[in-house]
Order: sequence, then C-alpha cells, then structure tokens
Amino acid sequence: MALDPQVMDQLVEAVRRFVEERLIPREREVAEADLVPDELIAEMKALGLFGLSIPEEYGGLGLDLAEEVRVVQELGRTSPAFRSVFGTNVGIGSQGILIDGTEEQKRAYLPRLASGELIGSFALTEPEAGSDAASVRTRAEKDGNTHYRITGTKRFITNAPRAGVFTLMARTGSQEDGARGITAFLVDADIPGITLGKPDRKMGQQGAHTCDVNLDNVRVPAEAIIGGREGQGFKTAMKVLDRGRLHLSAVAVGAARRLIDESLAYAMDRKQFGQRIADFQLIQAMLADSETEWLAGKSLIEAAARDYDAGTDVARRAACAKLFCTEMVGRVADRAVQIHGGAGYVADFPVERFYRDVRLFRLYEGTSQIQQLVIARSMIREAEREG
Amino acid sequence: MKILVPVKRVVDYNVKIRVKADGTGVETQNVKMSMNPFDEIAVEQAIRLKEAGLAEEIIAVSLGVTQSQETIRTALAMGADRGILVETDEALEPLGVAKCLQKIAEKEGPGLILMGKQAIDDDANQTPQMLSALLGWAQATYVSKLEIADGKAKVKREIDGGLENLEIALPAVLSVDLRLNEPRYASLPNIMKAKKKPIDTMSPADLGVDVSPRLVTLKVTEPPKRAGGVKVESVAELVDKLRNEAKVI
Repeated sequence: MALDPQVMDQLVEAVRRFVEERLIPREREVAEADLVPDELIAEMKALGLFGLSIPEEYGGLGLDLAEEVRVVQELGRTSPAFRSVFGTNVGIGSQGILIDGTEEQKRAYLPRLASGELIGSFALTEPEAGSDAASVRTRAEKDGNTHYRITGTKRFITNAPRAGVFTLMARTGSQEDGARGITAFLVDADIPGITLGKPDRKMGQQGAHTCDVNLDNVRVPAEAIIGGREGQGFKTAMKVLDRGRLHLSAVAVGAARRLIDESLAYAMDRKQFGQRIADFQLIQAMLADSETEWLAGKSLIEAAARDYDAGTDVARRAACAKLFCTEMVGRVADRAVQIHGGAGYVADFPVERFYRDVRLFRLYEGTSQIQQLVIARSMIREAEREG
Repeated sequence: MKILVPVKRVVDYNVKIRVKADGTGVETQNVKMSMNPFDEIAVEQAIRLKEAGLAEEIIAVSLGVTQSQETIRTALAMGADRGILVETDEALEPLGVAKCLQKIAEKEGPGLILMGKQAIDDDANQTPQMLSALLGWAQATYVSKLEIADGKAKVKREIDGGLENLEIALPAVLSVDLRLNEPRYASLPNIMKAKKKPIDTMSPADLGVDVSPRLVTLKVTEPPKRAGGVKVESVAELVDKLRNEAKVI
C-alpha cells in the first residue's frame, strides 16, 4: 500500500529517532553481552517494527517494498544485531506464509508475527546444502494420510533460539527429484523431537543468534505444508529470498551510510601534521569513493523496489542489488577502518565492530557468487529466448 | 474532561542554530523542524491522564504556517484525539498566541490546558501565564509532578532552591517542566492511524484575534565565540591570576 508521503516521512523520522536515541547508544553493550536486552525488544514491539511488511489486515503495517527499503536503510545505521531481532519476522520468517500460504495459515501465524509475540525463522540451509539449496536432505515421510514425520539437521538458522515457528524445507520426494522434491512446512518450535544446537560463535553481529536445528521424527499435520501442496517448497524459498535480497541490500546501504558518517566525523576531528586529516586529498578520495558507492547502491535498491511494487519482475536486479550493495559496504567498511588508522582497529570506535558485522552480508541469503550465477544465467536465458 | 495541549513547531533540538546573514533572525529554510520538546512532555502527560480514565478527549492545537499541521500529526500519532490548526504566516508573539488559545478554550471548555513551560526557539516562557490571566483561570508553572482528583490538581513546581507543592482548582493552565515524564515514541501503526484523525483549520481572524506583531526585532547575532583558555604551571600562579587578572577572589 502506498502511504501518503507526509505519513511516510513521519514514519521514517520516527524510526530514525528510535535508532539514534535508543539503539545506537546501546550498540557496544549489546556486542559485549552478546544479547539484545528484553526491554529493547519490548520497545521494538511497541514501535511496530515486527510488522513492517505484513499487511494491515493481519495486524502489520503493510509497507510496500519501496517503503520498506526506506525504513530498513534507517535501521541499517545501527548494529545488524538489532535488526535481526525482528528481521526474520519482516523477511524470510514470514514471507513464505504471506506469498504462498493458505488463508488459514495466514490467519494462524501472521498476526502473531506482526506483533512480535511469535518469532518466525527460515530453515533451508543444512550441513550439506548451503549454496546448493536444491540438495536438501531433511526428509518428511508420510505418517498415515494426515501427518508427516520430519527428520534432519538445519544449520546456521537465524533466530532459531527464539523461534516459535520455522518455515522449514524438507524433502517429500526422492533425492533425484532435486528441487521438485522439496516441500515447505510450517513447523511449530515446541513439537516433540526438535532440539537446538549450541549458539554458533560468530565473527561479528554479537547479539544475533544462530544455531543448528535438529529434527528427529517430528510429527506435523499435512495442513502444515505451505499452500497445501507438496513439491512447491523450493519455489517458495526462492520467492522469499528474491524479496529478501532488496531488504538485505537496504540494510547494507544503511550500514554504509553509518560508516561514512563515522569516517567523516573522525576525519574532521583528527589532526595530523598540524591540520585535520579531512583536508588531505588521499583521505578525501576515500570519503568521495564511499559516498559515490553508497549513492549508487541507494539508487539501485530504491528504483528496483519501486518497479517490484509496480509488478515488474526484478529478480535479476534484486540479485544485482544484493551483489553490489553487500560488496560495496565491505569496501566502505574497509576504507572506514583505513581513515580511522590505528583507532579503527581498536574496539573503542564503532567502525571496528561494523567491519566484522557487515562481512556476513556477502554470505547469507545467497553468497555474492550465487548472485553472480543468478545474474549471468538470467542474462543468458534472455539472450537465448531472443536469439 | 477535555484537555487542550498547545504544541509549537520549532527548529529541531538536534540542529545547530545559524543566524541569518542579514541579522534579521534565525535560519529556518531547509532546517529540520519538530515539536517543541516541552510540548511533547505536555502531550505525554495528557495521554497518561486519559489512560488513567481522568480525561476523555485530548485536543492538540498549533498556531503558525501550514506545516504546523505536521506537529499536530505528531501529537495525534502519540495519542491526541483531534487537532486544531490556527493558520497564519504572521510572526507570532506570545500575546497573540495566548489570545487565540483563550478563544479556543472558551469554545471547547477544557478542564485542563497542559503546555510546555517555554519553547526552545525563543525561550519566552510567557504564553501559559498570559493565557491563564486572559481566561481568569488558576495557573501552575514548571510542573514536575501532577495528580488530578476531585476537581483539583496537586502539583509540584520546580523553583529556585527546591520544590513547591500547590493545590489548585480546575480549570487551570499548567506549564510543564522537563522532569514530569519521558514522552513515548509514536508507534508506527499509530502514525498511520493519525492521518485519519480530524484537524480543524481556522485563521486568527476567524477567532477575532489580531496577531499582528507588537514587538520589533532590532538585530539577531551569534553569541560571542569563546576565547581559548590558558594553562597555568602551579596552584600559586592560578591563585595569582584569579586574584590579580580575573579579580574574582
């Protein structure tokens, strides 16, 4: 739904203020404790962040993608661990239900996901199925006519320790069926047979937790299949990831903005050789390169999101955006550390933490290399069709 | 009980104020504007009274240019029920504002007018007092604690050297201070719903008030730049300088 521009500006302003006043001051504490405090999570719920993308009729805000990427850029300006708290409810943990779910499934889950009462998590990756997502080995066997039993292991599952429901990909067909044999299930986290691994010890993004999800003969009803039909899971997963690419690109663009702001402020304050380092041309070159790349990323996602909302197929552009924006923020973070000099290598300045935090963006929800394949294959397919 | 909350659109508290090159005032072009922070505290208090069942309706009023509507929307998003915009391009002064608010109060009949003790742009701290005199209502300024019961307001006022406890009869004009409460963030769903809440627009002339300026601003200047300090070598030298150069001891 396209909001009145004045209301949208107010919405963005409210999020910006929340980020500035409530989240940025707590970044360091969250990183050191590896925990987002409950009272901040309660504030995120009260603000309505869990329901950004869920339609109003299911209790969310129903932002369209162009609106979502504006809000998400603001959220990107603080530690990604904060966004992670509600990020799966806005993206991969709710979109499967929203895009392909039945009306009953939407009514059963979306209102609680929008309020933050329930945390949704997306479970595709496995020890042996990462980039090769179609090789999922977790099996769902029929148990009579009304149920399935699921067995397998899911890896690096974001928000699994807090999840109430998993959008989980399991194989109902044979291994040879590849992508066509995969079915998406809605698996409630409290069903017997589900156990969680220890939280992964990560390079960055402390406060956001991932872990293994082990399923041993987990009995779920047939109604738990998203959309009610077997064999559609891989398509659902790809649709979810498609939309998520622009969301994640917006997070990366927001983080780049923060890194540039930190770098500029430092360069204008720090003095060497009797003047501020911002006056040195080699520092200026780094600032200018980062600013230019930030603007390119921002323009890319905002245009693609508008076209997505207008109904255009933006799959290739979403992959281009994820590739460019996440690689871009890596370069911006690298320059930010360079501009800070030795100070950028110690934990007293936020750029050291962001440098580690943003590294993940190039890996999850499709590595840069997978994006390259998506882009190139789409180019070749189009040329073949037209040739 | 109705509560009337006047809210003013001011330069955002995070903005570094710049004086216009010609010295006629402060630069407001392309500058972020938002609700006067003391008024936010007044809105918050009104909402808390409503949540406690002590008020039925909260009316947010703003005076000024068309964009003051955004400030009213912020109050509506926080929880006010409806808005009134007195639209004018005139440079408003406290007396003109107080006269307009008097007319609105006489029409709406609120039991309480809650307002910021001053606005952070001109720091006049005059409108609440003028309004209370014009209405002939009781007033309490710099309120840092408030209880309403039996048609009376018990307030703590922050005054030089301590706190003053007052009990005043309603209807009354209260000007609120920083420590009364911590204003809430308007939630995103409420920002969207605020668009549907009504805002009445009128002009000072509709209220029969002449708001033309009574004051003339001669010149606005930046405060003098702070001169750099000096380092002293010893306590003896410090005492000597304080005594013989600064002549403060």
